[in-house]
Amino acid sequence: MLNFLQHLDRRWIFLLMFIAVAVPLIMGTTFPETPSPQVLAVFDAVDNLPDGSNVVMALDYDPASQGELQPMASAFARHCAIKKHNIYFMTLWPQGISMIQKSIDILQEEYPETYKGKYGTKYVNLGFRAGNEGVIKLVVEDLKKSYSTDIHGTNLDNIPLTKNLKNIQQVDLLCNVSAGYPGSQEWVLYGSSPFDIPTVVGCTGVQAPTMLPYIPDQLTGMLAAIKGAAEYEQAIINVYPQLKNNPNAKEGLIRMGPQLVAHILLISLIFLGNVIYFWERKQGLHQ
Amino acid sequence: MKQSTLIWTILMVAGGAFLLFQASKGNGRVYVREIPVDAQSSQPEGEKQDYHWNRYQQVTESEKGEPDVRFSFSRTLGLWVAAFCTLAIFSFLYGDNPIYKFTESVFVGVSAAYAMIVSFWTEIMTNLYAKLLPDLARITFFPDIDSTAEPDYLYLIPLVLSILLLWRLSPKGSWIARWPLAFFIGATAGIRLISYLETDFIGQLQSTVMPFLVFASDGSLLWIKSLRNTIFIVGVLSCMIYFFFSVEHEGIIKYISRLGIWFLMVTFGASFAYTVMGRIALLSGRLVFLFNDWLGI
Repeated sequence: MLNFLQHLDRRWIFLLMFIAVAVPLIMGTTFPETPSPQVLAVFDAVDNLPDGSNVVMALDYDPASQGELQPMASAFARHCAIKKHNIYFMTLWPQGISMIQKSIDILQEEYPETYKGKYGTKYVNLGFRAGNEGVIKLVVEDLKKSYSTDIHGTNLDNIPLTKNLKNIQQVDLLCNVSAGYPGSQEWVLYGSSPFDIPTVVGCTGVQAPTMLPYIPDQLTGMLAAIKGAAEYEQAIINVYPQLKNNPNAKEGLIRMGPQLVAHILLISLIFLGNVIYFWERKQGLHQ
Repeated sequence: MKQSTLIWTILMVAGGAFLLFQASKGNGRVYVREIPVDAQSSQPEGEKQDYHWNRYQQVTESEKGEPDVRFSFSRTLGLWVAAFCTLAIFSFLYGDNPIYKFTESVFVGVSAAYAMIVSFWTEIMTNLYAKLLPDLARITFFPDIDSTAEPDYLYLIPLVLSILLLWRLSPKGSWIARWPLAFFIGATAGIRLISYLETDFIGQLQSTVMPFLVFASDGSLLWIKSLRNTIFIVGVLSCMIYFFFSVEHEGIIKYISRLGIWFLMVTFGASFAYTVMGRIALLSGRLVFLFNDWLGI
């Protein structure tokens, strides 16, 4: 048996992983989540704002990472919509434009009484600007130096939400969902930290360890990877149970089922690999 | 035929048969609903103009029999292309192959082209052309530009720097491109240096200055908070000592730096775990697309 495992084709491991992820997804297996203090800090940052506050939602990711980040962005959009916040969408990634549209669709389809036909008064899409951290530096000091128009080419002076907005230091909260550079770290470095803008972020698992040192002084809270998204969804459902019946509001929770099974498989494989290693060492195959 | 080849062939044939079965049931087809959009011109001055157009919203499976819902060939084709591309990328797991290479090239090309077009229209057209020639920009592409807008000649500076940068392509005089390059590197370094010093250096130092022992307002010792602070400070110091190579790692320094290695290992372990979680989330994201959007399972 050990001899067979020693020479196991890695494609069998891929197939096992496929099954481990696919079966819980098809079966819709979910597990209960308990929001961690870090996620509750994010929830409170959005929830404690008075209804109708101004929130910048910077969605800096692309379709390649939407499997991990879309549940976070959707949860942010739903939470802000429940609180009837005014939302300013923007992105530093060219492909982020279509990601913003997904959040806008949520606002319009699930919360039509607040957002349908309210473009410019309840939400605005500033779209993409090239320039990475340069754009962040500009929007925190003088928004209209970087964004003279919104995504449709309308002058910001003609849009009620942006007419009197000098810079994003005037907003109540900055929510960033990011997949890399430019993203959360740049928003902290050039936006939230020097100007004390209350900021919460949602980021990929790869980014999470680099963002952790900024909590709680420079960042209010962080949603790390799909686990953070699932806990945030649970935190919203706990307080606003009307979302319980919306399957789209449990995107992250549904994806935690495959995570658990895949993690068990991975841990088993690591354990097995170590057993084989020590067995080989005992046999004198390793020096 | 090798045993593994036989098994994989059976799996592929079974997968293909399942796809055909799902397609015969009507899955993998996209239905849309036509939604009228009404808008008005955004210019505050002048006569207001009304605009009407239709947009198409994708509907769920249950709504496809409704009267205003119709089959969308273009979106269905897009769905099948996306599914094919996903499977083609997955095929790399079996081994490097031409289908994977083709799809990878398509992804890279499409992403680069998309980024280039968006950057052109948001930067060169909106930020340069519209700022330097607002009247012409209003007539040609941007009717919303204020009719009183004056040309901003400061934008000539980035225009000149950009042209100088393109000089690099010239066989003679490529040295001219070094001037704008020097400016960009200097400006970027300057902007980054200040922010890194402020946020990453001073900010992190401030966050690390904390008491070993934390007392509550009634004078009692808060054990958990004290322990957490102590672990934090010891971790930071031992990791720093590990990276301090000016002193021989002998005696007490050796033990402290070994402790630093343990802290680093825990950090790397956490990073790896987060990375694994991210990769599985991406896989489940693609499988959700294949199962729900494409196969309708």
